[in-house]
Amino acid sequence: MLTKEETHNELFTMGHTGCSGCAQSMSVKLIMEILGKNTIATNATGCLEVFSTRWPESSWKIPWIHSLFENSAAVASGVEAALKAMGKKDGITVLAQGGDGGTADIGLQSLSGMFERNHDVLYVCYDNGAYMNTGYQRSGLTPFDAYTTTSPSGKESFGNNRPKKYMPEIAMAHRIPYTAVASAGYPMDLQKKVKKAKSIKGAKYLQVDVPCVPGWKYEPKYSVKLAQLAVQTGLYPLFEAEYDKIISVKKISKKIPVEEYLKLQGRFKHLFKDEAGRAEIEKIQKIADQNIERFGLI
Amino acid sequence: MDFKVGIIAMPGAALSNKTGSFANETPVFKHKTCTGCNLCIYFCPEGVVYGDKKTKIYDFDSDYCKGCGICAEECPVGDIEMVLVEK
Amino acid sequence: MKQVLEGSMAIADGVRMAEPHVISAYPITPQTHIVEHLSQMVADGDLKAEFIMVESEHSAASVVLGASACGVRTYTATASQGLLYMEEVIYNIAGMRLPVVMTLANRAVSAPINIWNDMQDAMAIRDTGAIMLVAENNQEAYDMHIQAFKIAENQDVMLPVIVNVDGFVLTHTFEVVETIDSIDKVKEYLPPINMEYKLDVENPYSFGTLGEPSVYMESRYNLYNAVNFSRNVIIDAAKEFKDMFGRFYGGLTDSYRLDDAQTVIVAMGSVLGTIKDAVDELRESGKKLGVLKIRSFRPFPEDEIVAALKNVKNVIVIEKAICPGKGGILSVEIRDSLFKHKINSVNVNGYTLGLGGRDITPRNIHELVARAEKDENVDGEFFGLSQQYL
Repeated sequence: MLTKEETHNELFTMGHTGCSGCAQSMSVKLIMEILGKNTIATNATGCLEVFSTRWPESSWKIPWIHSLFENSAAVASGVEAALKAMGKKDGITVLAQGGDGGTADIGLQSLSGMFERNHDVLYVCYDNGAYMNTGYQRSGLTPFDAYTTTSPSGKESFGNNRPKKYMPEIAMAHRIPYTAVASAGYPMDLQKKVKKAKSIKGAKYLQVDVPCVPGWKYEPKYSVKLAQLAVQTGLYPLFEAEYDKIISVKKISKKIPVEEYLKLQGRFKHLFKDEAGRAEIEKIQKIADQNIERFGLI
Repeated sequence: MDFKVGIIAMPGAALSNKTGSFANETPVFKHKTCTGCNLCIYFCPEGVVYGDKKTKIYDFDSDYCKGCGICAEECPVGDIEMVLVEK
Repeated sequence: MKQVLEGSMAIADGVRMAEPHVISAYPITPQTHIVEHLSQMVADGDLKAEFIMVESEHSAASVVLGASACGVRTYTATASQGLLYMEEVIYNIAGMRLPVVMTLANRAVSAPINIWNDMQDAMAIRDTGAIMLVAENNQEAYDMHIQAFKIAENQDVMLPVIVNVDGFVLTHTFEVVETIDSIDKVKEYLPPINMEYKLDVENPYSFGTLGEPSVYMESRYNLYNAVNFSRNVIIDAAKEFKDMFGRFYGGLTDSYRLDDAQTVIVAMGSVLGTIKDAVDELRESGKKLGVLKIRSFRPFPEDEIVAALKNVKNVIVIEKAICPGKGGILSVEIRDSLFKHKINSVNVNGYTLGLGGRDITPRNIHELVARAEKDENVDGEFFGLSQQYL
């Protein structure tokens, strides 16, 4: 049971200026419910830190620090080192947070360093497929053929011409104790993975698919539906890994064609204009089929 | 010297920002077919929904609801409906 | 105890005496020996610190930022390219008011690549809000690091302190250094770190918030005032150190044979040793020369400079930096200090020497003094160029 008063006691409070329907703020709420008050969080520059800490307002009821765009993992390494130096590390979770850029692009170096040194830090990547905070520009995690403002569709382009960077596999290549991929569409699965990560010592990586209302261009009420479709088409495989071995996958109960996912989003509408666009949809279907085979999703 | 200005904020100070003003529509919890699945609580991006799966009475905090409509969209039994806000 | 120590070792030992909790650094010539010595101290259990060997300078600064925010004592060291790489983090550390201490082993900046000493790297961070002190010799470098923690951690300062040490010239040369025998004496001088605002689950603050136009200026005003406030803190730290350990090199500035000087040479860092030798020689031949040492570059000791120079006829500023498109840097700030106090009777000439580790000899100083007699209010004058390469 949750009372009205209790909703005001959440560790990530209401009152932030995240967009209506933001799956990232939903995920933060879900993650904080599991991690609890003995958590210190770092945050890369991006949507989350901007909409949750407009001075003097802050939605965070845990100690939290935002430094720069590319150093969330390094700052978290420093927090972890300080806690160890003070003999206080046991019982306190260090949570590092970042979006596309802070994780897979500009932040990749410091994240790799944190993984390599195996700091006892849980790194969460809120993957919305572009640099949303600055106006939906293309990132290394932008999916194939997605429209972004720096990879727009046009007379000579179908949008982003590269597949999504295999960030979870990069984490696995560092042989960290735990890597997991989750989705805002499956909150209980997400919380289960957070709980598991919390119990493991060492570097952990959790990537969460978080649909973005203005970036993907859809009505706010479809955030959950889109996250679920990404999983059910095979485009966003959910799995867990320990070191370099995949130990579990979330199976797809009924495979859904990628078209059902793409057609609900403005960032893919250019693929539905003509034959050439249809051919692109086939390519995206292939990516999904490859994922299904690679991860054994069916 | 108070050097907190602009750089250090107090915990939970955002609660002073009543984001309910964002909403064009807000949910009505009909309390008719609710099964107490709690999905509306899980899925709310803000955390405004509260309730009890035993009594199956759920409601929301209009001070902070941004009217996204996810709760109504995802309710498996259609017990939530979005209505326009009187301004 | 008096020992013959390499500069890097003196610095590492000084840092060890302050007992930092977290150290993080990335190797770059000529700072490498400092971090190597500290690593060995940790490996031998002589220094109980978390030593994080990171993958870049940006991360080194970020690690100490995160650790410092938790309220522990932190240290890092870098030079040249590494400093430029972590520059945005230094703005961040100062802006968030975190008392990190850093050694900057002054080295030229690329391009062209050059690993030898000059102060161009330091000039890149003069607007960050970090305190910048400059050591003249290895003994001062040892003492200055201990003072740096005390200055940084003052409740009304809470700023990063950068200790500038000329790369190779100080870091890699062996000098006699008197080290402090008892760490308890250092603890008396330097109490445990105690930060009012830190990352603590019992008192959860949010650091590094979005400062919109309505509040950003006030935040920078607070930072600006803190750097100004640190003037007295730096002087007091030096005086207290003298009382406890008997050594003193000045507060924000120091003077050498200034009393009856008609011409004063102004400089920062190890070149002062050479300048003082040359001044002694020139005094023999009757020239009334003196030396003004700038010990604190930020905050800039304007009052001390005006007091020292206002009745002098000629000032020769020697610096190991240049501002392309403007001229000198230190010399410009010196001239500006005098101008603000309406002193226009002093002829201030600024010369740039020693870039990229080019030697500055006593003979160079003699030649420079002769040259300066003919110059009027110049700055950014390159001195000692090789004509064959031009």
